[in-house]
Amino acid sequence: MAGHDHTDPPSDITLRVKALESLLLEKGLVEAETLDAIVELYEHNIGPKNGAQVVARAWIDPEYKARLLADPTSAIAELGFSGVQGEDMVVVENTPEVHNLLVCTLCSCYPWPVLGLPPVWYKAAPYRARAVSEPRSVLEEFGVDIGDDVEVRVWDSTAEVRYMVLPERPDGTEDLSEEELAALVTRDSMIGTARAGQE
Amino acid sequence: MNGIHDLGGMHGLGPVDPETQEPVFHDQWERRMFALLMSTFAGGIYNVDEFRHAIERMAPAEYLTTSYYEHWLHSLERVMMEKGQFDRAELEAAWANVAEAT
Repeated sequence: MAGHDHTDPPSDITLRVKALESLLLEKGLVEAETLDAIVELYEHNIGPKNGAQVVARAWIDPEYKARLLADPTSAIAELGFSGVQGEDMVVVENTPEVHNLLVCTLCSCYPWPVLGLPPVWYKAAPYRARAVSEPRSVLEEFGVDIGDDVEVRVWDSTAEVRYMVLPERPDGTEDLSEEELAALVTRDSMIGTARAGQE
Repeated sequence: MNGIHDLGGMHGLGPVDPETQEPVFHDQWERRMFALLMSTFAGGIYNVDEFRHAIERMAPAEYLTTSYYEHWLHSLERVMMEKGQFDRAELEAAWANVAEAT
C-alpha cells in the first residue's frame, strides 16, 4: 500500500492472539461459545487416559487385541474414541524382541483421540531431530533400558496416519483389574519413551 | 517441501527436555490459539495443508526461535490474509484496538 508503513505486531503474544480472535469473531468466522467448548474438550476430556483404556483392554482380551492390531481405528472406536487426528490409526506392539518409538519429524502429528495433545518435548526440535538418528540414546535419557538384542523401530507420523504404541504388560500384573492395569499405562508408554508401569 | 521444519536427523539442537506434570496448555493465549485453529478447520475456511504450508514458509530463524503455538498464529494470520478473509490493514487495526484496551 503506497505511503503506508506496516505496523509491527504487538510484541506480547497474548495481545496478538486476542487481536486475531477479535477479528475472526467480528467477521463471523468463529463463535465464542465454540471456542470455549473446544478448549474444554481438549483440556479435560481427551487425553492419555483414553489410550490407557485401549491398552488395558488389549492386555486382558486377546480377541480385542487382535482386532486392535488388525483394524486399529475401528477397535479404538469400540471404546468410544475417534475423531480428529485419529482417523487412520496404526497400533504397533512392543514385545521382548521389538521396541517401538513414535515421532513426527516434520511437526507434531500425534493420535489425539487416544493420547490428547502432545507434550512440548514431542513437538520441539531436539526430539524430532534425534528420535530418528539416535533413538537408543533418546530412550536411555528417558530411562528406558533397551538391550542390544532388541530391535528399535521408529515410526515417523504423517498428516494422515497416526501411530500408537501398545506397550508390554508388566510382569506380576496377572491379578490386576482392567482399571488397575489402565492406571499403569502412561502417555509416554504409548509413545514408546517409557515402559508401562515405569516409575 | 524441504526446509527448516524437516528436522529429522539434524545435529546440534540440544537435549530432549521433558517437563514433569506438564499441563495441556501453558498459557491462556495457547488455549485461544488452539481453539481458533480447530474452529476455522471445522468451519471449512482453513485446512491442514494450508496450515502446514504456511508454517513451512516461515523464515528458518523465526521458525526455530518461536514456540509451537506461535507457529500456529503465524500460519492462521497468513492464510486468512492470503484467502482474503481480512487484509493487513484490518489486522493492524485489530492490533491497535487490543493494545489500546490494555
